[in-house]
Amino acid sequence: MRREEGKEYLYITLHTELPYQYSAGRYMSRFLTTLRDEAKILASRCTQCGTVLVPPRVVCGNCFAEMKDFVEVGPRGTLKTFSVINFPFIDPFTGVQRPVPYGYAIVQLDGCDNWLPHFLDEIDVQKLRIGLRVEAVFKPREEREGAMTDILHFRVIGDRSRESSPEGEVS
Amino acid sequence: MPKSVAIIGSGQTNHTSRRADVNIPELIKEAVDRALADADLTIDDIDAVVIGNMEHFEGINLSDMWASEGSGAVMKPAMKIATGGTTGASVAACAYYHCASGLFDRVLAIGWEKLSESDTTTGIITAFDPIVERLTLAGAVGGLAIEANLYMTSYGITQEQVAKAAVMARKNAQRNPHAHLKLDLTVEQVLHSPMIAYPIHYLDMCPTSDGACAVIFASEDVARKSAHPPAWVKAAVCRHNHPYIGDVDWRKNTLESAAIEAYRLAGITNPRRELDVIELYDPASFALLSWIESLHICGPGEGGKMIDAGAITMEGDIPVNPSGGVISTNPIGATALIRVAEAALQIQGKADARQVEGVRTALATGFGGSYWSEVFILGRTP
Ligand SMILES: [Zn+2]
Repeated sequence: MRREEGKEYLYITLHTELPYQYSAGRYMSRFLTTLRDEAKILASRCTQCGTVLVPPRVVCGNCFAEMKDFVEVGPRGTLKTFSVINFPFIDPFTGVQRPVPYGYAIVQLDGCDNWLPHFLDEIDVQKLRIGLRVEAVFKPREEREGAMTDILHFRVIGDRSRESSPEGEVS
Repeated sequence: MPKSVAIIGSGQTNHTSRRADVNIPELIKEAVDRALADADLTIDDIDAVVIGNMEHFEGINLSDMWASEGSGAVMKPAMKIATGGTTGASVAACAYYHCASGLFDRVLAIGWEKLSESDTTTGIITAFDPIVERLTLAGAVGGLAIEANLYMTSYGITQEQVAKAAVMARKNAQRNPHAHLKLDLTVEQVLHSPMIAYPIHYLDMCPTSDGACAVIFASEDVARKSAHPPAWVKAAVCRHNHPYIGDVDWRKNTLESAAIEAYRLAGITNPRRELDVIELYDPASFALLSWIESLHICGPGEGGKMIDAGAITMEGDIPVNPSGGVISTNPIGATALIRVAEAALQIQGKADARQVEGVRTALATGFGGSYWSEVFILGRTP
């Protein structure tokens, strides 16, 4: 008697294991190997308008000119905006829930014109503020593998005025 | 020169969290049947079909192929458009281009989604750069949270002002039979709902919906003979963006750029006075304040004052989202097309309980990708 129309609706579970290999390309490969081997962050500079962008890429979106120069940026920078992610969702990298809460930092690295997203080590929004100075924290050399995760996270180093070293100062 | 084009009919499903009773072609057919009935046409009158959704959100590809019975595309020219959140607006733009070219007389635009069939946040993450951005991106919620924080901090917009917009939208949705969330809320309820991603509360954010929308575009000669008053397309403008979230220049945003060009095309010099209603793609409630600034309805940072003064409510001088908007209804591939359909209904005087009096000019937007935008302006005359 369960075949009456409108009484029972089925779902078919699709579980598709389809591994991909994504080519990092020339610029991103250099970016990632430099992160791994030297713990340095590379950006590209536009030959036409001078814009410095991280991650480095072959062409400048503003003027469609080739970006030929690589420059080192960071590891310090300024927190341009942020969030603290609290809600649960499946991480496509792992297939299981991404650990929450975590700090989501949007950082303008010193010497760079655009911003870079990464993890933030602080999750108390009362202690966070746009404009804080932050610094990339790298994994130890033996654990780095040529991935964005070679940077563990950004840590808050305080206000610009109280920064210990002048190296990270930008105009 | 493009030929004049109008919308002569539209149809929507009654959007909800889960439509277990229909599969994808069955869902699409509901919206198509309603659009054809609305325009007094049959599928034989349709010259071409444009369809779109968020690819792989339902774990499937080439739905334009195997859903072609539901869309009515068999033995017709058909194409699929996928531009993320803007998909529905891109579908509409493509149907407009088809008719404006003079090559087609009646084009059916379809947007659909069944977000209940997978994890939306996960799907959105996989749309972004796999090396740099997927690591930390928390889907649309995370991407909007950083924009909301930047906007609210820059201009001193309060959580209360943003929550007022969330309350207004869900109140408007109560007048719309197609809306998903028809909630009777208070500001306190919004502020006390969980903080899913600072500064966005659970009740500030759009839902995930199952639903479809279909809109029929017609060339000038056909539209003039239509049984119902048409809604003429005065402008359809798209602006894409840099690839990475960190590349976005917040001072030169795509919505403002598209709006400026759309106003030029439609001959609008004072949008606050000349527009009668706006259907804004508002994925989170702060957008109702921030993005009307991008549309030059008010000055930078004045969105909070607009909601405090009631200017964008149904009773205000420039009602925004009589339909309840995206934070009330969000079947993503259909969402931006619903904005266009709702704006057309306002022009046609067919918006029933959510009708704004005497609408002559309406604006609709789409939002998606790395903060890119589309803007439509519709009017009573070509
Ligand atoms: Zn350049």
